[in-house]
Amino acid sequence: MTTASIPAAHGGRRQPTKLGRAVRRNVTAYGFLCGALICFAFFSWYPMVREVILSFQRTNFVDPPKWVGLENFRTVVNDPAFGPAWVNTALFTVLALLCGYGIPFVTAIVLNELRHARAYLRFVVYLPVMLPPAVSVLLFQWFYNPDYGLFNQILNLFHLPGLQWLNSTSTALISLVIVSTWMNMGSGTLIYLAALQTIPSELYEAAELDGAGLFRRIWHVTIPQTKLILLVMLLLQIVATMQVFIEPYLLTGGGPENATVSVVYLMYQYAFNFGNLNAGNALGLMLMIVLMVFSAIYLRVSRDNTV
Amino acid sequence: MSNVTVMPDRSAEVPSAPVGRERRGQRRPRKTFHTQFRTAVSPHQLNTTRGRIVYWIVLVTVVVSFTAAFVFPLYWMVTGAMKSTEELNAIPPTFLPSHFSLEGYLQAWELLDLGRLLGNTALYAGGAWLLTLAVDVSAAYALSKLRPIFGKVVLGLMLSTLMIPPMVIMLPAYLTVRDVPIFGWNLLNTPWAIWLPAAANGFNVFLLKRFFDSIPRELLEAAEIDGASPGRILWSVVIPISRPILGVVSILTVVNVWRDFVWPLLVLPDSDKMSVSIGIASLSSQMPQNVLVASLVIASIPTIVVFFLFQRHIMAGLTAGSLKG
Repeated sequence: MTTASIPAAHGGRRQPTKLGRAVRRNVTAYGFLCGALICFAFFSWYPMVREVILSFQRTNFVDPPKWVGLENFRTVVNDPAFGPAWVNTALFTVLALLCGYGIPFVTAIVLNELRHARAYLRFVVYLPVMLPPAVSVLLFQWFYNPDYGLFNQILNLFHLPGLQWLNSTSTALISLVIVSTWMNMGSGTLIYLAALQTIPSELYEAAELDGAGLFRRIWHVTIPQTKLILLVMLLLQIVATMQVFIEPYLLTGGGPENATVSVVYLMYQYAFNFGNLNAGNALGLMLMIVLMVFSAIYLRVSRDNTV
Repeated sequence: MSNVTVMPDRSAEVPSAPVGRERRGQRRPRKTFHTQFRTAVSPHQLNTTRGRIVYWIVLVTVVVSFTAAFVFPLYWMVTGAMKSTEELNAIPPTFLPSHFSLEGYLQAWELLDLGRLLGNTALYAGGAWLLTLAVDVSAAYALSKLRPIFGKVVLGLMLSTLMIPPMVIMLPAYLTVRDVPIFGWNLLNTPWAIWLPAAANGFNVFLLKRFFDSIPRELLEAAEIDGASPGRILWSVVIPISRPILGVVSILTVVNVWRDFVWPLLVLPDSDKMSVSIGIASLSSQMPQNVLVASLVIASIPTIVVFFLFQRHIMAGLTAGSLKG
């Protein structure tokens, strides 16, 4: 592009033909674009392609990479943690959706009705979102401590038996879901709140004139009117929660007995603990294919509805 | 409660109950009309005595439960850092620390070298901010106003990165940083490992381009007729009127880099180069509880301050992202 531009630019200057101007405009435009093109090419586009390539190769950074077909996939599928990782990720996603999808929507509906303390409530619900996730997670690690943690102290106060939280296979995963919901629900709540405020008031008035009670108004006006944003948020949240990593990494290390190992965590372990980067890539590719399905639906939904 | 607040208003009128209710009925909608739209709950119902009682019960419940859920943990964190280890382990716990001391905070600052960790993080966030603005603003300007050939393709490719979950390409991106193709640089443990990938942000390009699209052509053409070059137009015309969106993009970039965990964990393994989240997490198991908690408080102060100052921008960025689809 740059080599071609020099004669073209000269031609343009001497006699500003239509072609000369167009070439010059394009050269300028790509001049402005080059920084972004380099960043995207190296750190987004190339890794996307390489993700696929590395999954089918064996590399050790000394010998040239060798094509090994499906061997990496065989390695991960035969890992005893492979099944639990997918089950946990799916379970985490479902539980995180049950808490992290329903609660913010209900909260937003309630907040939308309140006439007082709105700024305070909006501020407070978003506060955890602003904390660095590592801070929230380590804070909850302290709260979860079975001996002196806040949660067991509170249970104690009501004369209830304390829980083992992160240390027991039955409560570890739900403990992660609680942290994740606590630190993420603020953004969902505020997004729903913004969506609720765009609902035309005539619709509620009309529904009321037709004799619809409060819950029927919510069911027949609020939900249909926010259907699009609800769907978009559902898809975004599935994609986000299926990539869960920091909670198992910091809180449980995948334990106890693989009860909290997630797909991304296993991928990290393959690359950095087991020294098998290619197997990690193969696992990543599987996750990518699953998530791309949701992403494609999301793209479809948002495109159909914004134009 | 509601009667008390409404009573004085009524004083000039005939102080009989039905009239009072009617007046309340007038007062409510007038107030809500100014503040916001009508919502699912009918204003008429809200203004009945029963409606008001229910309203106040709901309000108090929501305020109390929100405070308990979101503010109390933070209170517990701030005060926990002031307690000694014995006090932290005490059953039942003390609601207030037995004596006010900043010892935990000072210890955390020293032990973890928090000054350096925070300085590193500020360097990463600041550099990412400058580079992101420079790269993404000029890209969005080129795509929106100069409209080169294949511009649509380039934009499509940039937006397609939004569809790729970042965790999934984490490993190949890590390899790229370790050995940048063509150049052969190793960016591990350098700020560039944070800065360059941060600039490759399709969402920023999208937000900026959409804003630039809304700038009227005539404005730019006027500048062009005056002989301004595209660079000059960007600097003197486009950027000054794009302040709001630049604010949103800036805050999003800085906050994202500050909060990020996985990427700095991979590319900044050297303990001298760690960001604050990673530094604390890597040492968390070796510290007394009160010191750890104090370090958590210190690490969250910058983002909370940013939130206090730029609340409106942050919330604007949040909804800008979601409502666009």
